[in-house]
Amino acid sequence: MERIPILKMGPVLLVSIQVDMHDQLALTLQDDLTARIVKTHARGVLIDISSLEVVDSFIGRTLGNMAAMSKVLDAETVVVGMRPAVAITLVELGMSLSGVRTALNVERAMEMLQVATADGHATAGEGPDGRHPD
Amino acid sequence: MSTDGAGGLAELLDRHEKDLLAAWIDSQLRSVTGRRDLISEAELREQSRQLLRLVRDAAVLGGTEDIQGAQWAPVREMLGAVSASRARLGFTPSETAAFVFSLKEPLFALLRQQLGTDARAIGDETWKATVLVDRLGLYTTEVYQTSREDVIARQHEEMLELSTPVVQLWDSILGLPLIGTLDSARTQVVMESLLQRIVDTGARIAIIDITGVPTVDTLVAQHLLKTVAAARLMGADCIISGIRPQIAQTVVHLGLDLSTVVTKATLADAFAVALQRVGLSVVRSPVPR
Amino acid sequence: MVVTRTEKLPVETSEDIVRVRQVVRAWAVGLGFSLVDQTKIVTAASELARNTVVYGGGGTVELESLGDGKRRGLRLTFGDHGPGIADLEQALKDGFTTGTGLGLGLGGARRLSNEFEIRSQPGAGTTVRIARWT
Repeated sequence: MERIPILKMGPVLLVSIQVDMHDQLALTLQDDLTARIVKTHARGVLIDISSLEVVDSFIGRTLGNMAAMSKVLDAETVVVGMRPAVAITLVELGMSLSGVRTALNVERAMEMLQVATADGHATAGEGPDGRHPD
Repeated sequence: MSTDGAGGLAELLDRHEKDLLAAWIDSQLRSVTGRRDLISEAELREQSRQLLRLVRDAAVLGGTEDIQGAQWAPVREMLGAVSASRARLGFTPSETAAFVFSLKEPLFALLRQQLGTDARAIGDETWKATVLVDRLGLYTTEVYQTSREDVIARQHEEMLELSTPVVQLWDSILGLPLIGTLDSARTQVVMESLLQRIVDTGARIAIIDITGVPTVDTLVAQHLLKTVAAARLMGADCIISGIRPQIAQTVVHLGLDLSTVVTKATLADAFAVALQRVGLSVVRSPVPR
Repeated sequence: MVVTRTEKLPVETSEDIVRVRQVVRAWAVGLGFSLVDQTKIVTAASELARNTVVYGGGGTVELESLGDGKRRGLRLTFGDHGPGIADLEQALKDGFTTGTGLGLGLGGARRLSNEFEIRSQPGAGTTVRIARWT
């Protein structure tokens, strides 16, 4: 079965979603990610969605779930590279993903995660955090 | 001289076109309402010559009763072109219509001259002539209105785009001064411009200044919050500045929830906060002499 | 208003949802929609397709490209013979759901479209029609 690959870069797990996921693939990703966080003691998760042209409410919820689950496992998640058209549409759809931290690009996200992982806690830096996703 | 029906007027136009043209141009040049500042004599002569020729052709072919008919199409087209071009030059609708109505004086003079002794014929043909010129003049006014409406629509669109400029205040800090009301169409334009600038500049903070937004009601607040949410999804936080005292009161009275967003009274305050957030500070240095 | 082209697709599985997104995207591109408008209608289609699969027990979608002389339009009609929706007003309110979803589907699809129409009877299935114009 196809899976979205999860790469390990030090204490950070990198998930790059490059395909238009069907529902099962998204659910499998959620499972794989949580298992990987536990196995690698990851402190940060970076989800790169810069290739996604469409994020509907299901994918949006999946992103929110992944961030929440990671947090429970003491890892901080940053969603990276949302496209303008996708952001506008998601907001119109009614999803603001307020429990999810976001960054424009991978460099920025790594900075945020380094601050997060450096001080031994999963929370740090600016922006809304610690809130439950939609 | 035959005066039966349209043949009379049409025939006169046919036989005396040259003299009529000369008389018409002469009366236009003498007129005080001619707007000679907006149009040159050469152009005036040419427009008059063309119009009279087309009117003559149409009248000879199709009579003078129905200017909506096929034979009058070239005249309508020409009037449309004249009307549109004069609108662009700045003529008022009356001034443009006056161009057409000014044909009456020389036309009536011609009729009196040619039909001299026949009072009944003069009456009939003068009536036909006045009805014809009135219709042509009114048509000119209608076309003018339509073309003005097109200009207004286009200007509205351009204004919509111009009124949502996104400026880069500093590295990582964008400013978006909103002027005017924020409806859903405008919000779309605002969101698209802002998000694109965020991508282009890698900005981390966007200051949305609403000093120029006259009223903030529930809908406007929703539009603002949508914009803030969209920017946040792209990794940029927003600060809303320019909150006038009346707006602060309205927000509270309407029970609007702006708790998810940082708000500041002035752009300057917002900028100070933004600098702090991105880890910059302003330092006093000696002024070079 | 003239219908210039139509196509019908099955909406039975979650792979079909992905296919619907792809086909709607291709049609939207062909009709010259802006990127944001493309994203909006594809996302709306995804929401409605998912509803059809998850709540409607599977169904179909009909795509129609429209023209009225000045503008071009894309109309999508989703139909199923599922249980139907008893309280439409409630269903259109965001956050309402009977299943595992979060109920943003119908309300979201409406907000993302220029035209929205729904007909549903308990026991007689549901038909949702949306359209977007250039």
